[in-house]
Amino acid sequence: MQKKRLVYAVITYALLSLGALIVAIPFLYMVSVSLKPQSFTFEMPPRLIPTEVTWRNYTEALSTDNFGLYFANSVIVAVSATALTVLVASMLAYAFARMQFRGKKLLFAVLLLGMMIPSVMLIIPQFLVAKELRLLNSLLGLILVYVAMSLSLQTYLLTGFFKTIPQDLLEAAWIDGASPWTVFWRIVLPLSRSGLAVTVIFTFLYSWDEFPWAHVAIKETSRRTLPIAIALFQNQHLTEWGQVFAASIVALLPVVLVYVLFQRHFIAGIATTGMKS
Amino acid sequence: MATPNVHQGEAPRSLPRPQAKQKDAGLSLLFQRLIPYAFLLPGLLLFGVFVVLPMLYSFRISLYDWDILRPERSEYVGLGHYLDILNNGVFQRAALNTLLYAVVTVPAQMGLGLGIAILLNQRLPGQAFFRTLYYLPVITSWVIVSLLFEYLFNGQAGLVNYLLQQARLVDQPVRWLADETLAMIPIHLLGIWKGVGWTAIVMLAGLQAIPEALYEAAAVDGANAWRRFRFFTLPLLRPTLVFLLVVLTIGALNVYISGLLMTDGGNPLDRTHFVLTLMYEETFDNFEFGRGAAISYLLTAVVFVISLVQIRVLQRDIEY
Repeated sequence: MQKKRLVYAVITYALLSLGALIVAIPFLYMVSVSLKPQSFTFEMPPRLIPTEVTWRNYTEALSTDNFGLYFANSVIVAVSATALTVLVASMLAYAFARMQFRGKKLLFAVLLLGMMIPSVMLIIPQFLVAKELRLLNSLLGLILVYVAMSLSLQTYLLTGFFKTIPQDLLEAAWIDGASPWTVFWRIVLPLSRSGLAVTVIFTFLYSWDEFPWAHVAIKETSRRTLPIAIALFQNQHLTEWGQVFAASIVALLPVVLVYVLFQRHFIAGIATTGMKS
Repeated sequence: MATPNVHQGEAPRSLPRPQAKQKDAGLSLLFQRLIPYAFLLPGLLLFGVFVVLPMLYSFRISLYDWDILRPERSEYVGLGHYLDILNNGVFQRAALNTLLYAVVTVPAQMGLGLGIAILLNQRLPGQAFFRTLYYLPVITSWVIVSLLFEYLFNGQAGLVNYLLQQARLVDQPVRWLADETLAMIPIHLLGIWKGVGWTAIVMLAGLQAIPEALYEAAAVDGANAWRRFRFFTLPLLRPTLVFLLVVLTIGALNVYISGLLMTDGGNPLDRTHFVLTLMYEETFDNFEFGRGAAISYLLTAVVFVISLVQIRVLQRDIEY
């Protein structure tokens, strides 16, 4: 019995390690190429460990190719979209979870419908709406669309979360004469930190990585976010893989950081979304 | 009734509100009724302007030869774009490519995801490390991984070609992305590689929700591992599997960024298009907004029908 268990464990680790290699090798390669001089990009045979290490790709990408600016744009967009989504989605969720009003069921159903619509299908009319509102070529245009696109899922998740807050707590506050806003701001939100963390992670990753909308909405160079900047850079400099990957790694760092820091909430959030069927 | 029941199960209604004087009871009542809408307003405004309105607007556009500079001059063509598209060879090929992408990548992700989830569910030390690593492609932007795969599958000196040549599986480097059929291979592999981590984590959550006691009871009854899997795990995992099938299929039919970047949106000769890369080209390269909108509406209709059918057919309630 003991022996059988050991065999199982060995097989499990072997398979998991094989999978890990398949996942990791492309990333390791990306790091390696970003540290190689340009002429070694397609060296034969390909080496994972660079024979000669240089930071030139990073300094070039960040200084001459303006990736510093694009990084700042991405930070502004992702942080604002995340903060706004947390605020707006939790206000919606509070109303849906804890208040009675006319049209509640219908409004909630319409909001949930948003989860079933493929986001790219909305791009053409969003482009025309944003054009009317003079939101093309502006970071605000990106932020507002990212918030709107996040609302369905995040409101749904938070509504479920707010329903678990003990009613007694809220009642006690109402009896003390607290306004609905005070109850929301001082009691509901602080009690929902882990639910809000899920919203923060989802929205941050989404707005940091988003490409299709930014690709059509931003034509002016100085307003680019990292995903479009990287894609367009590669399109124009087909051979400069070192710089492409240096920029990619810089773009990837915040994502990995957020993921590692919030991993616990992240897994919980995914489990919750998985249960929604 | 001076204080309307704004909140579910609020404190007893007879409790007097400190400020509520008799004469502004009417005003206060109105104010109370409006409170929920004040909370809803910002969200519904954003959702209405950037999601609901575009959805309806899009249908209207699809019925016109939309003139983006002077919309009032747009010519009404009815369902003309739809008929035109359905009879168009490039669209048919794009639709076929998209369908094939879904048929290949969805079962592959489900199968591999289930395997990984079962391995991770053994609760051996180091599980967290593998879980984190497998999730890395999921959180990486599509742009980055698409370019990464384009590099690895480079037609002359890419890593994949090198490994295949070393293994003597091919003599000449394969020009993956220059061939209409071969180009699908890196794109499919990328879809599987990027998505499998998410699938596995969702399945793992589903597996861990199954009560341990059930397995112990089954083991006591002498059910072997395969029978336990077949008769307990799979049926209990069914809601998760249906959920994943629907979400992955929707995602696959919306394949876009990898196609756009890896084949420069449809090269060679518009034979490697997906529905959405074609939509992009018609709209933003050819400025055929009406046609583009019709393509996206067709896709949405297909996505809706497929999801409903999948849910209807597969979602039978199982009770234990």
